[in-house]
Order: sequence, then structure tokens, then C-alpha cells
Amino acid sequence: MSARTHRRHRLLAVPAALAASALLLTACVSNEPAEEETEGDSTSQETAASSDNDAPGEPVVIGFSAPAADHGWMGAITSAAEAEAENYEDVELRVAEGTNDVNVQISQIEGFIADGVDAIVLLPFDGAALTDVAIQAMEAGIPVINVDREFSDPFAARTTVLGDNYGMGVSAGQYICEQLGDQPDAVVAEIQGIASLPLTQDRSQGFADALSDCGLDVDNQVAAEFTVQSGESVTANLLQAAPQIDAIWNHDDDQGVGVLQAIENAGRDEFFLVGGAGSANMMREIESGDSVVQATVIYPATQAADGIKLARLIAHEKGMSDLQSSGVPRTVQLFAPVVTADNVADYLPNAFES
Amino acid sequence: MNEQQTSSAPADAPKAAGSRRGFSALSGGTVRNLGLVAALLLLCLVGFLTGGERFASLTNLTIILSLASVTGVMAIGMTFVITTGGIDLSVGSVLGLTTVWASTLATQDMADQFGWIVMVGCALLVGLAAGLINGVIIAYGNVVAFIATLAMLVAARGLAELIANRRTQIVDQASFEDTFQGNLLGVPKIVWIFALVVVAGWFLLNRTTFGRRTVAVGGNPEAARLAGIKVKRHLMYVYGLAGLTVGIAGVMMLARTGAGSSTNGLLLELDVIAAVVVGGTLLAGGRGTIIGTVIGVLIFATLTNIFIINNLDSSVQQIAKGAIIVGAVLLQQRISRPSRSS
Repeated sequence: MSARTHRRHRLLAVPAALAASALLLTACVSNEPAEEETEGDSTSQETAASSDNDAPGEPVVIGFSAPAADHGWMGAITSAAEAEAENYEDVELRVAEGTNDVNVQISQIEGFIADGVDAIVLLPFDGAALTDVAIQAMEAGIPVINVDREFSDPFAARTTVLGDNYGMGVSAGQYICEQLGDQPDAVVAEIQGIASLPLTQDRSQGFADALSDCGLDVDNQVAAEFTVQSGESVTANLLQAAPQIDAIWNHDDDQGVGVLQAIENAGRDEFFLVGGAGSANMMREIESGDSVVQATVIYPATQAADGIKLARLIAHEKGMSDLQSSGVPRTVQLFAPVVTADNVADYLPNAFES
Repeated sequence: MNEQQTSSAPADAPKAAGSRRGFSALSGGTVRNLGLVAALLLLCLVGFLTGGERFASLTNLTIILSLASVTGVMAIGMTFVITTGGIDLSVGSVLGLTTVWASTLATQDMADQFGWIVMVGCALLVGLAAGLINGVIIAYGNVVAFIATLAMLVAARGLAELIANRRTQIVDQASFEDTFQGNLLGVPKIVWIFALVVVAGWFLLNRTTFGRRTVAVGGNPEAARLAGIKVKRHLMYVYGLAGLTVGIAGVMMLARTGAGSSTNGLLLELDVIAAVVVGGTLLAGGRGTIIGTVIGVLIFATLTNIFIINNLDSSVQQIAKGAIIVGAVLLQQRISRPSRSS
């Protein structure tokens, strides 16, 4: 359960993330469908003029459910959410045991509904498969805060907190373009995570789009399973398949441990590697300066913690004090910055161990 | 092995010993099932002591039954397969395949015209076909069931990924949702389906020639062949039946999740087999019990529920599951020994 993660500094990151999301929101609003009335929504929410948001209020019970913490990023998600809840004396967090079985996760949410919790923060193993039960919760008057993997129906969540998967691909692609843009023949390889997940498709699409801007494309693409073992085995095969590579983007730093192992085993260093998610060990590789890892793209492991914070605000019928508009926004999308040797010192303290 | 053959001897001559066999199976089965019921009650007691009202509520009972339903329907089919002395490792993958196939855009478009029956028919057909393919390879190809269904496990998952294009497919077909989601008389519809499959499975195994042949083939295939049973054809039917139940479970999974995904049913085959074996069906074949299977499924669903309610680590849950499997099998060996000699 990745007790190794140190994230006491995360509080600093939350206002920054919210401010960034406020900027993004202005761009998003025009795309949003006209907001329909959902229960417990926008009926009596008053604009919070100043930031009394952290002041203790009525006790609220928040149910939290996420997939099994079977790799570092997911472990950090849960521990960050738990730490966030501890910051508020008025929040009682009920953390359901992580599971990769949608059948079981549905039961957990059904249990939260039966208990009548005040809000549910849900990072679904599969967004589409948990949509129906989320709608049940919303219909029971329990606001659902959807984190990371999106539901297939806008009625299923009061608020959605998303990382930027497409943006991750774009950031990675743009960085590689900056490095290799003058070499149209450069060989670029991509190591995906679980290929069946929509987030993987989004990352790959962003990557391909950004590369095409500078006339590059993905020459070799393989998929791992977010695990060290699969990262090692697919990379070993990839390196065998491509005798000469200029750049690799690896979607996930957890599997990156295996990826680096395979690169070391093969004795290859003619290319540079860009990571994904932003783990502490990849950042240390970047910091060291003598690794093939030159950069990694952040995918915040703090988004469920943001979800807890928003769930509390919604349960208290408060707004986000930095915004003029009343209530908590419907969508909050976080940013995917590139970490390089120049700025790694800023990001390393908040990174998760994979 | 020898013990096994002697115990199956009455099953080889079903006509001659029909009534006696029926009676002894009932009493022996009752003793065995009593042990299982005791285990389930014990588990419920633990649930009540640790979860209190959160456990012992009608809502929670519904949650447990819903959780048990998908696995349960597959376990009914698996009971027949294991009774013949076989095994079907492919059920989890085939479940994924049926949900994906039944929720493709083309299928849903057709369903818009002809109703939900198209999606259900598709799931059932895909499940049945996969089961029959297993059956043909095992019975006529003389491939060990373990290997043949292992191949299906891998292939069905691959085909599911191919068809789904690795995307989760949303079910937005209104008539399907209306028919299979929600409650009927306060009980989720998928629980009703589970109940129907249980009754049908019990009838098929205990009250029909098909059921008697299944037991006979599992007890002693050679004797069954000599008694005039077409063993190969019967095996093919049994795997087909298992596939059909997976198709039904696929429909239920679609109803529960509202989405077809190639990751549906991952590792579910292990849960299904565990429930059947804990229920008292002999892995060596020759003895099968539907009631036992149902209790086995309920034991695991209740266990999962207790862990959810108390937020216990799922790794510990796996240890508990393992202990239950071993405990139940040891217990059954104790109980079934005297019942055999009588």
C-alpha cells in the first residue's frame, strides 16, 4: 500500500492545481452541454465571497473507492486521499478496499448508498462499467465525484476531476519534437500502458498529434500492463525489434522500472527516454544526468485528494472561493507539465515512489 | 481412485437402482449441504458481529445476492462440467467476449430495430458456440479439458480485445436496459435470472436423463459407454451448456455494468471453480450438487461482502478464501466417508 510515499507538501499543490483548473475551465465552459438539474445540485449553493472554505462545518461522511493499489501511482492516489481527509476534522472518510473487479466495486458503491454517505469519491477501475451505479447514487441524492477515469454519462457525476491524458501525450510529443525536430528520419518508439483502457488511447493520440507537428511519427509501438514485469518483457522485445532508436516515450513510470532494466540489460543508450506519470525514482534518474531518462510527464497522483476536497465543499454546499461563479465546477482538469533536469527539483518532493 | 469407482457404481445402472440411488444421494447430499449451510451461517454470524446492522439489512442481502449472481450462473454450468470430471478454464474470458460481442455498435443498432432479444441472443450464441468448440476439441479431439479450455481462455480474450478495439462499449439500447436493469418485486432482475438458472440446473441434473448421464460419464466413462451412452456427444453438450450459462452471465454483466469490456470476467474462472468445489462437486467427477454450488457461491459473496463492510485488506481476503477452499474440501471428505459406506 505504498506507505513509502511522502506527501505532506501536497497541501501547497492543491491551491495551485485549483487555480490552474480555473484557467482551464474558462476554456471548457463553452463545450459543456447546458447543465441539467440534478439532485443536490446548485439549488441552494451560495457564493463564497472569501475563503472560509477550510473552516470546520457540519460533519460529513465521504465514501472513497479506487482500484487496487497494485502499483505506485494508484497507491499514492489512495494515501493522498486519506491524508487530505485527515486535514479536516469535519470529514469522516470511509475507504473501501481497492479492487480491480468491477463487480466488487459496484457492490462497494451500493454499500455506500445503503449507508447514506454524504458524498462519494470514485476512481472507477472502468469508468463505463461503474456509470450505472454512480447514477443510482446521484438519484439517491448522494453527489458523486468522479476521479481520473471518466463515466460514460454526464448525469453520473456532480463533479469530475481529470488528469490530462491527451495532454500528457502532447507534452511528451512536444518535448521529443524539441529534441529531434531537425531530424525527420528519427526513430521514435512508444511503450503504452494497458492498451484496452481509453486513457491509453488518449495518451497515444496526443503523442501522435504532437509528433506530426514536427514531421515525426511513432515507428514502434508496444503495450505493457503498468507492471514492472510487463515493462521489462515488452521493452526487451522492442529493443530487439528496433536496432536503432532516437527517442522512447514510456507512458507509465511504474512499468518504467522494468523498462529501464531491459534497456540496461540490452546495453543500449543511443536514445533518450521520456517517462510518464512522474515517479520519484524516474525524477532521480533525470536529476542524476547520466541516465537515458531525460524527462517525465506528470500525471498527478493527487487528483483523488482534490476529489475529497471538492466532495467536502459540495457536501457543505460551498463554492470554490477563487472563482466568482457559485458552486464547485462540473469539471476540473489538471495539467500535465514536463519535468526535465531544469525543474526536477521543484517536482521531486511531491513525487510518488514506484 | 478405487473409492471413487465404487461410489459411482450405482450411477452406472441408473434404471435398476433409480429410487435407491435417489434416496441415498438425497440423504448424503443433505448431510454435506448441512455442513455448508452451517459454514454460511457461521460466516453470517461473523458478518453480524463485525458489521452489525450494516450487514444484517435487507439492502445488504440484495447487494450480496447481486454480487453472487454473475458468478453463480457460471458456476451452475461449471457444476455439470466438473461432474463429468472435466474443467472449463475459459469461462472468464468467454464472459468478456460475450459482453463485448453483445454490445458492439452493430448489435445494438440491430437491437434498436428488433429489440433486446438481439443482444441477448448474441450473448447466448457466442457463449454456446465457445462452449461447443471446447466440447468438440475435448470430446472428439481427445485433448485434455485443462489444455483445450486454457487455449480458449487465451483466444477468447484476444478476440474480445479485437472486437472491442480495446475500448469499453457502452450499452445505450433502451429496451435492453429496461428489461434487465433494476428490480422486479423489490429484487434485482439479475437475481431472478440467477434463481431461474438454479432451478433449471437442479432439475436438469437431478430429474432428467441428461443429468443421470452426466453423473454416469463422470463416474466411469467406460461403463457409461457400455451402458449405451454416447459419451463424446454428451461431453460436447455439457461444455456447450457451460458456454450457454456464460452467455447468460454475460447478459447479466452487461445489465450490471451497462458496458461491454474485453477486461470483463478477468480471473473469474477461479472464483467459479472454487465455488463449485467448495459446494461439494467432486473434481474427479461422478458427483455434482447444484444446491451445494449455490451455497458455495453465496459463501464467497458473503465473505467478499464482510470484507467490504469492514474495509479489510483484499490480500487477507484471498488468504481467507484459500482457507475456506481447503477447509471445505477437508470437511466434505470427513462427512462423505460414512455416507458412502451406508
